[in-house]
Amino acid sequence: MKQPGRILLGLYCLLVAVWLVAPTIVVVPMSFNDKKSLAFPPSGFSWQWYQNFFTNPEWSASLVGSLKVAVVTALFATVIGTLAAFGLDRMKSRVSGVLRALLITPMVVPGVVLAVGIYAVYLDTRLVGTMTGFVLAHTMLAVPFVIIAVSASLEVFDKRLETAAASLGATRLTAFRTVTLPLIAPGILSGLLFAFVTSFDEIIVALFITSPYLKTLPVQIFSSITRDADPTVAAVGTLLFIVTSLVIGAGLLIGSRQGKR
Amino acid sequence: MATRAIDSRDTVPAVTADGRRRWFRGQAFWLVAPALLLLVICLGLPLAIVTLRSFSEPQWGWQNYAWFFGTPVNLTVLQRTFAISAWVTLVCLIAGYPYAYVMTAVGPRMRLVLILCVLVPFWVSGVVRTLAWVILLQDSGVINSAIRAVGLSPVKLIRTQTGVVIGMAQVLLPFMILPLYSVMKTIDLRLMQAARSLGASPARAFAQVYLPLSLPGVYAGAIIVFILALGFYITPALLGGPRSTMLSTLIQNQVLSLLNWGRGGAMGVVLLIATFVLLALAAPLSRQPHKTGSRR
Repeated sequence: MKQPGRILLGLYCLLVAVWLVAPTIVVVPMSFNDKKSLAFPPSGFSWQWYQNFFTNPEWSASLVGSLKVAVVTALFATVIGTLAAFGLDRMKSRVSGVLRALLITPMVVPGVVLAVGIYAVYLDTRLVGTMTGFVLAHTMLAVPFVIIAVSASLEVFDKRLETAAASLGATRLTAFRTVTLPLIAPGILSGLLFAFVTSFDEIIVALFITSPYLKTLPVQIFSSITRDADPTVAAVGTLLFIVTSLVIGAGLLIGSRQGKR
Repeated sequence: MATRAIDSRDTVPAVTADGRRRWFRGQAFWLVAPALLLLVICLGLPLAIVTLRSFSEPQWGWQNYAWFFGTPVNLTVLQRTFAISAWVTLVCLIAGYPYAYVMTAVGPRMRLVLILCVLVPFWVSGVVRTLAWVILLQDSGVINSAIRAVGLSPVKLIRTQTGVVIGMAQVLLPFMILPLYSVMKTIDLRLMQAARSLGASPARAFAQVYLPLSLPGVYAGAIIVFILALGFYITPALLGGPRSTMLSTLIQNQVLSLLNWGRGGAMGVVLLIATFVLLALAAPLSRQPHKTGSRR
């Protein structure tokens, strides 16, 4: 391609990149606003919204609720999803194709339709606003991500290694524990992470099944946005951004170190 | 996939092969069973109840569907939902196609930066991202402040359809770029050089060589963006106004505010059917014909 065309293409990409990243960045200055307003640019500097986030029981309770739900969901979803990925891997390809398509449907079902249905079921079974209710729904939504992540690492896993272990006298369980598991651990780990994030970020189902006793962070953020212009939301967004950046940075670092070995 | 399955079966000792294989397969089903059970309880049952109520409340019959398709407002919203989704898909494609191409053409370090830019939106909670769009698009927001600074008259963005499309497209863009990229990186760029050396203009080489090879990625990205856009709820609810209501908001309103499960259910079923019909129609398009044997 000729030079001007290249530059134009580069500028276009820069524009798209800015469009992708800008909304993430814009909440940072807003979180230090000294007035209770979301008008841009912020008029002064203060830490009060961070203070509010950590001291206001409404916010801290929703953070704790979200963390609890997300941790339990991530554990359940990882176990269920990993088992399923193994099962699919051992099946005839035609059967596993159909089952795989079925198992990832939660990703394409319109959120509100699903939420209305789950709400109906939970009203009858008294699961609205309960830990069990949240974990059940979120695990269902998170399992597809685990299946995809674990399947990807199973696809590059050489099954002859298991046979080799067996030929050297290892039982199936020993072979699984000492050969298979360590090799697909990165897939399981990223599945776990995806499951956690799916639950931590889920809002539509949570909006329907929430109660004053159990509220998740996204629900609290949503109701805060719809109620008034409270910069605490921007503070939460900034904190979340920093924490995820740290986690992903650490993940990349560990990943690249493993890659070098 | 297929070849490996045969491989692993071959390695099982011949004497026990038959019995072992059957046992394997039975066991494989039990491994998938918990996931399937969860799917039945948390997806199958809820969707069945929504469908059932759309026919049974307040009494048995097609009344809710008759109401839905007989009320002009609903049809407007249905049409608007499809229109907004189509716009969002188009914007994502126009923004994402060149971006994905550049991702394949640059060096590894630059590629990492570009991939990070695509993934950053995933790091921040979806609700917070929508809030960011409120900040950017509002009348006293970043975009309008910039426009005013240049000396032009401000544009109404928040609570308009344009605002909803801008916000939704940004949220969905990664779902367009990632499938595009995964297809484009398999395209051999020397094919373009070959076309050029045979006398094709750059535009013609692109249209006749590159574009057709990248189409599976375009279809895959477009269908996932369109389908996700159809069911969007949070972004239109926060960025949109009464004139940009989408179907999901209407459903939520029927069920939570009006407690009308029948009508809400009927709308839900319409949305569900639209989603799955589109998925079924588009699935064959996004398969890559030249990659059937093995993956890479």
